[in-house]
Amino acid sequence: MLATETKTSGTTAHHASPALAEADRLMTVCNSCRYCEGLCAVFPAMETRRSFADGDLNYLANLCHGCGACFYDCQFSPPHAFDVNVPRVLAQVRNESYAHYAWPRALAPLFARNGTAVALVAAGSVAAFLFGFMAFNDPAVMFGRQIGEGAFYRLMPHTTMALLFGAAFLYALIALGLGLLAFWRDIGETRRTLHDAGYNWQATQDALRLRYLDGGGAGCMNRDGDPAKDRRRLYHHLTFYGFMLCFASTSVATLYHYLFGREAPYPWWDLPVVLGTLGGIGIVVGPLGLLRAKAERDPAMRAPEGRGMETAFTLMLLALGVTGLALLVLRATPLMGTLLAVHLGAVFGFFVTMPYGKFVHGLYRYLALVRFARERKALHGPSPSAKRALAKPA
Amino acid sequence: MAAIRSEGSRPEPRSRVDVLVIGGGNAALCAAISARREGASVLVLESADAFWRGGNTRHTRNMRCAHDSATEILTGPYTEEEFFEDLLRVTGGRTDEDLARHMIRESKAMLTWIAEQGVRWQPSLGGTLSLGRTNSFFLGGGRAMLNALYATAGRLGVEVRYEAEVTDLAIEDGHFLAATLRSGERIEAGTLVAAAGGFESNIDWLKRYWGEAADNFLIRGTRNNTGAILRLLLDKGVQKVGDPTQCHAVAIDARAPKYDGGIITRLDCVVFGIVVNKHAERFYDEGEDIWPKRYAIWGRLVAAQPDQIAYVVFDARSLELFMPSLYPPIRAETIPALAEALGLDPEALDRTVAAFNAAVRPGTFDDTILDDCRTEGLTPPKSHWARRIETGPFYAYPVRPGITFTYLGTRVNRDARMIMADGRPSANMFAAGEIMAGNVLGQGYAAGIGMTIGAVFGRIAGREAARHARN
Repeated sequence: MLATETKTSGTTAHHASPALAEADRLMTVCNSCRYCEGLCAVFPAMETRRSFADGDLNYLANLCHGCGACFYDCQFSPPHAFDVNVPRVLAQVRNESYAHYAWPRALAPLFARNGTAVALVAAGSVAAFLFGFMAFNDPAVMFGRQIGEGAFYRLMPHTTMALLFGAAFLYALIALGLGLLAFWRDIGETRRTLHDAGYNWQATQDALRLRYLDGGGAGCMNRDGDPAKDRRRLYHHLTFYGFMLCFASTSVATLYHYLFGREAPYPWWDLPVVLGTLGGIGIVVGPLGLLRAKAERDPAMRAPEGRGMETAFTLMLLALGVTGLALLVLRATPLMGTLLAVHLGAVFGFFVTMPYGKFVHGLYRYLALVRFARERKALHGPSPSAKRALAKPA
Repeated sequence: MAAIRSEGSRPEPRSRVDVLVIGGGNAALCAAISARREGASVLVLESADAFWRGGNTRHTRNMRCAHDSATEILTGPYTEEEFFEDLLRVTGGRTDEDLARHMIRESKAMLTWIAEQGVRWQPSLGGTLSLGRTNSFFLGGGRAMLNALYATAGRLGVEVRYEAEVTDLAIEDGHFLAATLRSGERIEAGTLVAAAGGFESNIDWLKRYWGEAADNFLIRGTRNNTGAILRLLLDKGVQKVGDPTQCHAVAIDARAPKYDGGIITRLDCVVFGIVVNKHAERFYDEGEDIWPKRYAIWGRLVAAQPDQIAYVVFDARSLELFMPSLYPPIRAETIPALAEALGLDPEALDRTVAAFNAAVRPGTFDDTILDDCRTEGLTPPKSHWARRIETGPFYAYPVRPGITFTYLGTRVNRDARMIMADGRPSANMFAAGEIMAGNVLGQGYAAGIGMTIGAVFGRIAGREAARHARN
């Protein structure tokens, strides 16, 4: 028994996938080290466990923000024989978990070749709107100059638009909700935690600030172990808040329409346009920055099989932003009809692919943060035996 | 990792620098940064590559510094006097008092100085209960600390060369002239800071003192601490300090790799069971004192057993009372079956466990205090936390001596200047870190003190070397 059996193993014999088995092995290494416990939420959550079943690992993987600090801080990362690569393996597990919890199960394979799937749906959606517009409209309307209140609805009646997008959005909500519910049950959580206002408030703050995308204060490391080169948090904020502003713009416009009977397009200074313009800029600049960060990411930390999904989602957001802004700028020209069709096609494509792409990461992470809020609270007053088990001089 | 590799970038071939630092860990980088901040040109020669740089610092986690009041990261004051008393206790008085007190005094400033070099401290969290007052922890651990030091050194203009193994030192009459690399390149420098670690990964050297037993030692840290620089210095007239058999050694999982297993192969279960040797016999009081005060003696205890192997045996009740470790315990339904699995004589282990169980007196088990669970009429006794090993399944961890670092070193004075064999201080040679730890640590260990020695004497050595070089 001397230096021969250096291959390490996990805590649980059976896992649904090799990535989960590897994650178990890594958490076993990390749990006996714990040097990274100040970096983010994953390691404190890990420390409350002694064994790692698939549900635990799916939770930890979705709690991980992929900041990368632990990879460069780790004395056991490759080329060390222990081969500890937490960012990559948890990214793999995370990607698999999206498919694992997808509703309906029959559509789970969409995650496998997600880049292709999303591209096809988006292209099909845009094409359908273009053909639809042309089929139902006189070329003079489609390619003519439309201005004034109700200009958009001369191309597609508002009721049709509202019904179509309402249905797509509703479907997305149901599919997302059922997937999230499956995740919540599988990690062993309760309705009570889910409904707790305190945990949700904590998780909301953590999510809005991306608290755990900062390496514990030292900064994240996307490449070279240098936090100064990582601007992912900024770009993610631009993307997220840009998206929320676009959503707010649409919501305000809907209220205008139904409450005040005011029809789009609105003047440039009006609230829906201001929100949409700022949001549009966010979802153009943010995704461009994120794409660049992805391209620069240390290959060692990448989960290559997730690349298509990430790129597809980011490009989709970029497409929403670019087509929306183009529509705003050129809405008084004969190009409006075509641009409206393209923009609506992109939005529709985005809605229907929401439950089957990278969009879900934010929701799963939010739930993981809700659970972590509960676990962190429990940690604040550990029992004496738990404290003992944690104590370890170096 | 591209930029880590290029930090400090490829230096221009240069014939002479002010300060040459040999080594690449905490002590070396503190010396390099400190010398550079004094205005000297500095070249660091690290024998490892960019990933493995930093020697044992990669495996560290904290540093013990004196402080007069609680801080954001420390739960209470730790005075110079208390630090010194702790040092006296763990070394049994085998320390250079003047040097030790000087180090402790200087350690107070390290809390700020280290942070100024870009290293981040972490508030004491759950994992550090017993050290939350005395020791400051690096956010992300020792490698994170090293990364910060290397980044700062690079920004300041310190040149770092990796895979730069020094094979010879030109020293004349206590005066350093030049170092020769394996490539044959000769580098002249105004001063030398030797911060290249101890000799613990040189098994042949260990064998001089430990005999064949050293073959069974596991080295917890870097494989690069071969003691090559220490050897050269001692051979060229530097006075040695310390007992060559003294080192920091703990009992670690016998399944750990020969080198670089680090913290994760450590086991904290000794107090919960009994420890037997390959003849299935106990050999030391497992419950002598609380574990943080005893963990560092078990390496030497196991080293003294036949074949340098021992087994910690405990039952199901204790399984979750200690920190999880890397390898799972070996498990069996009965004691004889456990013995089989371990390759021990089943009857012998059964006898040992039965004798132990019979000697256990009733008591109230509490591993947070020195409880009243003990044995009576047993040799050796188990003074605390003695509970019968009777609830299956039964578990065992095989353990071997895990050497952290050795204490034989170069003698230095308060300026970290090496003292020559004739008692005179060297004109331009300084030492910091493990290579001179024996000045402070005659024996024993207190958590985090190795990093204190490295950082304090590294900073002093760099400063003094720079001043000398510029005069």
